Amino acid sequence: MALEFRIAAGSATPIYRQIVDQVRRGVAVGALAPGDQLPSVRALAEQLVVNPNTVAKAYSELSGDGLVESRPGRGNFVADRRQVYSKAECARRFDQAAEAFLGAVLVLNYTPQEIQQVLAKKLVNMTTARGSRRGRSNG
Amino acid sequence: MADYVIRTTNLTRYFGRKRAVYSLDIAVPRGCVFGFLGRNGSGKTTTIRMLLGLLEPTRGSARVLGHDSATLSPDVRARIGYLAEGHHVYGWMRVEECGKFQSRFFSNWNDDLFHAICEYFCLDPKARAKNLSRGERAGLCLALTLAPEPELLVLDDPALGLDPVARRALLESMIYVTRQKDRTIFFSSHLLSDVERVADRIAILDRGQLRACCSLETFRSRLRHVVLRFAGRPPELPEIPGLLHAVRAEGEMALTIVNYDGQTEEILARLGAERIEPVEISLEDGVISYLGERGERSFVLHGPEDAS
Repeated sequence: MALEFRIAAGSATPIYRQIVDQVRRGVAVGALAPGDQLPSVRALAEQLVVNPNTVAKAYSELSGDGLVESRPGRGNFVADRRQVYSKAECARRFDQAAEAFLGAVLVLNYTPQEIQQVLAKKLVNMTTARGSRRGRSNG
Repeated sequence: MADYVIRTTNLTRYFGRKRAVYSLDIAVPRGCVFGFLGRNGSGKTTTIRMLLGLLEPTRGSARVLGHDSATLSPDVRARIGYLAEGHHVYGWMRVEECGKFQSRFFSNWNDDLFHAICEYFCLDPKARAKNLSRGERAGLCLALTLAPEPELLVLDDPALGLDPVARRALLESMIYVTRQKDRTIFFSSHLLSDVERVADRIAILDRGQLRACCSLETFRSRLRHVVLRFAGRPPELPEIPGLLHAVRAEGEMALTIVNYDGQTEEILARLGAERIEPVEISLEDGVISYLGERGERSFVLHGPEDAS
């Protein structure tokens, strides 16, 4: 399945990080499954009209995180999921993400119950999408 | 020792008593896309003209492709593609005639590339140059500059006056050039979102002086915007090295700081804020806070990779 990349220049988020985030999200929601090939650095750079080094930096960060596997001469592939962070690092990242999320959401005046409901529903949707996607790629 | 295609040493130019460029030391590694930034009148064009040997420095020197700019031979010049500000062409020539004329000056003229770029910008080969729109004229100039396959491309504000479609085509052409790893692009621009797309490295010129010269990534990572939240009124602002911009409000203080490091963190920690929140800023906001009137003038930002 192809992931449609979109980037916005001029944003507070650097372009390489936008690419990283989109691949992460693609894997999280099941749009990308283990073994899927990512576009080459050159192809994605020309498609997005950005410097190839920016794409290369994004890919190298993704492969450093264990999300993408670079096979020399063949390209970049979504890696099999395995735990790449230590427990402490997982906790730190989780905490950071939770703070950012709550910071953005609490100002919108939803009750804690409403926030929990929305989260629970999204969680079910995302995990089932990922599950079915995985099932397909295995069979 | 890295391979630099452009290297200036103490490059200085006065016009009468007016200092246009002062003691410029920049180094442009081979194979990079280098954005040359600064406000109007900050000395960018003057610098470019000195690099190309079109203007004599008052002091200092520049080396381009390993040769002194002041005495570039025609052979070395042929390896440099220069797109002057304003997209000048001979108005009475037809598009195809411009190509023929230009091709005579270059031994490695790539006629297919010339026609491909003309087609890309939808130029009629029979059209007179004077009847082209600004975007079309930019396309023609770009085709004339790229067709000799120059090793070094020097573009002086190539996006000036272009509509968004022509600008995108220009960026695409620049990315196309990077297909060959040894090609270097040195360009000036005010369009920071374009710079963010295509540049690896930037230099910022402010009233003739270099304020930053580093990778885009280093620039962004060294520039921090932090919001400090306080229970009551924020305390008086202490001396903070690298402070570019401070805004105080009831219960909070927002600071833009360059070369943020452990020492800065310690100073901020002593202020007794309830929370210190780092906020990312766009390249444009970064450059503006850097060049705005409130900017301190003593901070030249060099990446660790620039140490020489």
